[in-house]
Amino acid sequence: MRIDRASGVALVLLAAAVLEESWRLRLPLGTLATPGPAYMPAVLAAGLLAAGVLVAALSRSTATLGGAGWSEWRHSAAILATCAFVALALERLGYRLTIALACVVLLAAVERKPVLPALLFAAGLAGGTYYLFDTVLRVQLPRGPFGF
Amino acid sequence: MLETLGNLGLGFSVALSPSILIYAFVGCLVGTLVGVLPGVGPLAGISLLLPATFGLDATRAIVMLAGIYYGAMYGGSTTSILMRIPGEAASVMTCIDGYAMARNGRGGAALALAAVGSYVAGTASVVGLMLLAPPLAEFALRFGPPEYLALLLFGLLVLAYMSSGSMVKSLAMAALGLLLGMVGIDQMSGYFRFAYGFVELGDGLGVVPVAVGLFGVAEILATAGKATPPNVIKPRLRQLLPSQTEWRESAAPIARGTVLGFLIGILPGSAHIISSFVSYALEKRLSRHPERFGQGAVAGLAGPESANNSATSGAFVPMLALGVPSGPIPAVMLAAMMVHGVSPGPLLIQQQPQLFWGFIASMYVGNLVLLILNLPLVGLFVNILRVPYPYLYPAILVFSILGVYAVNGSVVDVWIMLVMGLLGWVLRKLDFETAPIVLGVVLAPMIELSLRQSLAMSDGRYAIFVQRPISAVLLVLGVGLVLLNVYSSVRRSLDWRARLTLTEKGEEAR
Repeated sequence: MRIDRASGVALVLLAAAVLEESWRLRLPLGTLATPGPAYMPAVLAAGLLAAGVLVAALSRSTATLGGAGWSEWRHSAAILATCAFVALALERLGYRLTIALACVVLLAAVERKPVLPALLFAAGLAGGTYYLFDTVLRVQLPRGPFGF
Repeated sequence: MLETLGNLGLGFSVALSPSILIYAFVGCLVGTLVGVLPGVGPLAGISLLLPATFGLDATRAIVMLAGIYYGAMYGGSTTSILMRIPGEAASVMTCIDGYAMARNGRGGAALALAAVGSYVAGTASVVGLMLLAPPLAEFALRFGPPEYLALLLFGLLVLAYMSSGSMVKSLAMAALGLLLGMVGIDQMSGYFRFAYGFVELGDGLGVVPVAVGLFGVAEILATAGKATPPNVIKPRLRQLLPSQTEWRESAAPIARGTVLGFLIGILPGSAHIISSFVSYALEKRLSRHPERFGQGAVAGLAGPESANNSATSGAFVPMLALGVPSGPIPAVMLAAMMVHGVSPGPLLIQQQPQLFWGFIASMYVGNLVLLILNLPLVGLFVNILRVPYPYLYPAILVFSILGVYAVNGSVVDVWIMLVMGLLGWVLRKLDFETAPIVLGVVLAPMIELSLRQSLAMSDGRYAIFVQRPISAVLLVLGVGLVLLNVYSSVRRSLDWRARLTLTEKGEEAR
């Protein structure tokens, strides 16, 4: 499938999802004089729908979806998964422990760097940023059950 | 004019006193350091440091807070250039060509140009502030909801028209950004929209997680997994300064960005953000080599950087002249002034000339301090590029997460950043620009409110937008841009057909 066709279809589906959600939430459309909370989303969804049709119809590109160069997806997925772990663990394990673990995983497992430099880098980054933000700038960062 | 110069002399006598100079320096230094940290933008910086000024007298406090403000505005460009993390939404456009320059080994030059551009824009716009404050503020007061809506739509159309790719795709991305900006509680009715059961989304999607995700995280996802990771750059001393060509190429964009930023800055809303987007688009359209934009074009860095710093001074016009803040940052500044017993407005100049003119003069001094402070720091900051990418990107990710978390102390913002990072990565593959999404998220609440207020004012008649001269002119200009784009598309398509016909005829003749 060509990139522009796929993009057009995705935009149309997104517009449909917005309209469906507005309908599901029973958001009032309002009147012209007093537009309701669904008015602007409906206008934008209509615009998105039209844009989707135009993108698909006016496509001049011959590039295909498979040829867009997804070769790095495994690496990207590993990075995203590590970040998701941070989001999940941040307020449970505390900032320093979570960030140190995430850095070790990224460096040692994803980037295949030697473990000792990875550990030192992770500890330095987690400790240094904690000191800068929490201690110096007084941005309260989460502490875990072990005081970290 | 003579009276203005006399008043300015009074201002300088206040601003150049050693104690005021120290506070201007401290404000600029702290502002720069705060601005360099991703996610901690000028608003958070001023809010965090406001209590520290309670013990000072009004003049010192305002001078220091103003220093933090424009120091943070400049500092935001450092992470944008070196790491592609926008410290705040106004630095989004700096990310594009500033980061490309850094990857081309011109990181030092990019930082120096940003510093000089910011200085020129900051200083020139203070002259504008001094001379034009009252009449411009009065003009800005003529803007009602229909004019705002027309202006905001015009801004979106300008950005879409001047983008490198398809205008339809850019407008689709702007619409997507506007829809993302609708997430959360509706301001007028209180309805929850598109939150999918997440109470934390009640306040909507923050601009910082969206911008950091679409630019910073998406860049890491696209780059870290490449078979050949980016080279380590070891800048030499002479590479830290811009070349003669770079100075020449940046002069006109800095001048245009300064004027544009100041004029847009006066208007309420997130003017400094809009000004940087419009400036980038303008430079790209005026350039003889638009294909260089995105690859490290000097104009793509110098224009938006100057515009967003110039808008910073422009934003002070309605605040000082009328006591009307033009955005969240001037609102905090206004609150800070009131805490110190100063009431900005038409009477401020008459009642407290020392404070008003001292503040104006301190802005000149502050901009100079910022330049003196930042040029030597270029050599220090640019060393970040020496770090090998496998070590650099985890650090960038940590700073992104930290910066995004620090804004509201909420993990939901970290999730938003990750989702936006994934979206930005996919959109890059599909050849969509992501900058219009950020602008859409910023403008969504203002556009919706203006539309609904306008329709309420006119009892549902859309004619209100063409009956009022300012909005009519802006809308006609916007429609003109769309028609121009359609015309050039049709012409390109006809050229293609003509070429094909000629080729076919040639083949038949053979």
